[in-house]
Amino acid sequence: MSSSDSNKPSPEVMLAFYRRLYPFKSLFTWLNHDHVPSKLFTQREIAFSLPGDVYIRYNSFNTADELKKQVCQLNPTRFEIGPIYSARPRDRKTLRAGTLTPILRELVFDIDMTDYDPVRTCCSGADICKRCWVFISAAVRVMDSALREEFGYEKLLWVYSGRRGIHLWISDKEAMGLTDQQRKAVVGFLTVVQGGKESSKKLNIRNGGKLPPSLAKAMEYLKTVFGALILSDQECFQSKEGYEELLKAIPDSRVVDALRTKWEASPSRPSEDKWADLHRHNLMVALEDIIFNYTYPRLDIEVSKHRNHLLKAPFCIHPSTGRVCVPLDLDMIEKFDPKEVPTVQQLLEELDNLSKVQDPSAPREHHSDWEKTSLKPYIDILDRHAQSLVGETRKDNRSKPVSTSPRPLSVILDMGL
Amino acid sequence: MFKGGQSTSNDYGSFQVENFGTLKYPFTLNFYDEPPTFDVTIEDFETSALDRLRILAEIESSAARNRSWEETKQVTSAQCSKYLPLSPTMTKSLERDAQRRRDHLSHFVLRLAFCRSEDLRRRFVKAETTLFKIRYDEDIATEREAFLNSRDFNWIPVDPNEALSVDKDYRKSEKYYKVKWTRVPDLVEKRKVVLKGGWAYVPSRELSSIVFQEFEVRLEKALETTARLLPRLDEDTRIVPILDNLSQGFLSGISSDWANNSGQTNSDELKAEQIDDLAKKHFPLCMRTLHSTLQRDHHLKYAGRQQYGLFLKVLGLSIEESVAFWRKSFSGFTDDQFNKKYKYNIRHHYGLEGKRVNYPARSCMQLLMDSGASDHGCPYRTYSPENLQTALLSAYSPLGLRQSDLGEVMAAVNTKHFHVACTRVYEITHASNGVSKGQGLGNGESVTHPNEYAAKSMELLKSSEAMVVDS
Repeated sequence: MSSSDSNKPSPEVMLAFYRRLYPFKSLFTWLNHDHVPSKLFTQREIAFSLPGDVYIRYNSFNTADELKKQVCQLNPTRFEIGPIYSARPRDRKTLRAGTLTPILRELVFDIDMTDYDPVRTCCSGADICKRCWVFISAAVRVMDSALREEFGYEKLLWVYSGRRGIHLWISDKEAMGLTDQQRKAVVGFLTVVQGGKESSKKLNIRNGGKLPPSLAKAMEYLKTVFGALILSDQECFQSKEGYEELLKAIPDSRVVDALRTKWEASPSRPSEDKWADLHRHNLMVALEDIIFNYTYPRLDIEVSKHRNHLLKAPFCIHPSTGRVCVPLDLDMIEKFDPKEVPTVQQLLEELDNLSKVQDPSAPREHHSDWEKTSLKPYIDILDRHAQSLVGETRKDNRSKPVSTSPRPLSVILDMGL
Repeated sequence: MFKGGQSTSNDYGSFQVENFGTLKYPFTLNFYDEPPTFDVTIEDFETSALDRLRILAEIESSAARNRSWEETKQVTSAQCSKYLPLSPTMTKSLERDAQRRRDHLSHFVLRLAFCRSEDLRRRFVKAETTLFKIRYDEDIATEREAFLNSRDFNWIPVDPNEALSVDKDYRKSEKYYKVKWTRVPDLVEKRKVVLKGGWAYVPSRELSSIVFQEFEVRLEKALETTARLLPRLDEDTRIVPILDNLSQGFLSGISSDWANNSGQTNSDELKAEQIDDLAKKHFPLCMRTLHSTLQRDHHLKYAGRQQYGLFLKVLGLSIEESVAFWRKSFSGFTDDQFNKKYKYNIRHHYGLEGKRVNYPARSCMQLLMDSGASDHGCPYRTYSPENLQTALLSAYSPLGLRQSDLGEVMAAVNTKHFHVACTRVYEITHASNGVSKGQGLGNGESVTHPNEYAAKSMELLKSSEAMVVDS
């Protein structure tokens, strides 16, 4: 915390950021799946966090400009995105009770580094470094592959949360329409390790003694991560506490005693060799459990289970680090360094330097200022993603019969026939 | 109809074969797609619904008591055969069709009663789905098969090559069907199915999951539609009161009245379902207010739980019933939250946790000293005069307390003789049982303990009932 307090952006800085840099247009297109405002945007809840723990819920907007205007007026520390309701959330006081219900929502996930505290040795709490990012990148790989291959989703957007976690937004049509019960099912399917629990827990994941295919596939990948991350880099079993935790997971007490004697005799024995020691015994299931416990994604399940959970919008500023919450490119996920993400102060400096170089008499165009800053590559990621969503919408519209006008069709759908 | 006519001509001559396809209700199981269109008497309308409600109440209560699936099944089947029996298709009894007609009708009446709030809908769907599962489980295999074949569940049979490509361990002996994974969320959640590209490969032994899910989803949708249409129902004044009464019964921990009427009070053991009724007839004001707060908020704060929980324990509620009662009352919480936050507390009262002391219930003296600002303590002392009068009237006017009696009660309160006020209320509300002024709880004794109040009141009712029988 001490290091980050100095990075806390001031209200003036935040306002300048919203005015000159925040990509409202891109955010709009991403949420709306189209260039023309639809209910995906106009009936969407946006919630603002203001300084002093003030939280304003149930806002909704007709256009990106309207949103920008409100943001600049309120100057929130951050804002969050909620579900699409059956009506405009801002009209909720004029609606009959119970008629404002969430109907659509991206399927979202949140992975937070704090859940990995029991298994990481480099940092703890709110801190994050390039070394512990590997836990996150491994989680991203596992989740990404499962959601694409098992569930068949394609429109995944990974977003760095600005401090120590990562968010995933899935915008496929089917994913948007999932009920709470179905969301809970996805979470259950993907959950192996409960965050914060001790890492030696025996896992209940096998049907008839075998790993289900989805987990068997994850295991193949996590084995490689485990070697590099847990054994070589984090040296999780170097210390006495570390290897005692490991021994707790071994069911055979004779093996445990033998290993403990051996490891106590040579305190400097590296994790890799200790792991090799384990392999000499027939402990397949226990070893797999250990690998899952140390490397399988730890999800914050509450975020994903309900349609009406709010999640911070991409490109908001993390209030304690000042870093921008940026979308990530999956291909670069392993190389990503959280410390290289631009902070809001940094971006404004870039802008200042720019205006010094440029001819001061030239007219300033605020809305595209980000083009010239280090924020550009991240906004490009969101734009490409949003464009592919727009493409889907167009495809859907084309495949609809041309002869029927859209109005009667939507009326029929609304009636649920 | 057409199909029926055709097959009779085929079966002509073999009079042993009966063609069930022509029946109005060909199966025991029913997805309730079509509303009943026949005429019913208002009496049938109500009694069939009440009977079904008894069954659903038992299902809810099974969940609150944490009964195992087998136990739930057993208890529910017993209720079913008592109130809504369904004979298998092959029985030729005349009653078979009438029974199914009644089942059909009662389901739709309850839909009308329970579509009106989100909470009611959720509970109704849960109970109805459980009932369907139980009937599905107990149906005769061939008839269940026939029922499944009568509907298109939209599952796609998977050929062995495809099955092998998604699951290396695929066994030829088992058939797989694929459906969109969203139709089997329960199987997905437990990783009991293999997924690929959004399809779930469901082995035939898990197929029932799809059926149950389908039942649940259809019912949910239907209830929402009904809820939207209900206000537009061109209603006469006969039906709405019945519906109100039905949903009210379900809300107030159900069956209290009905269970009593059906003769389940013969055992001395106190049941969780009886508390609501007892509270209204026998509890002193301090417990009455806690009870109504609990019913209204589905929650009580620590001090209130302490006071009310110990009182109920001494009243004779066993630990199992106590857990069932609190579980049902805290209806807004998940099982998990309840077990974590509150169950310990309840077990503590019974000396099963912590210091393991069998705590006594609070006496009036203790309650008077406990002058909290919230609902616990002695209301005669903590409430403002206006609030106290309102509370007294709303609690005891059904028992005979009138506005004109309040002056006397409030006079005692104003001179800080709280137990006198409480005793006077006891006398007034038990006047119909022959208690006169100055008699108190008996022999002029005044109230010193809430449990004494309740025990005397219950005793009095019992003896006056006995007298009625005697004479």
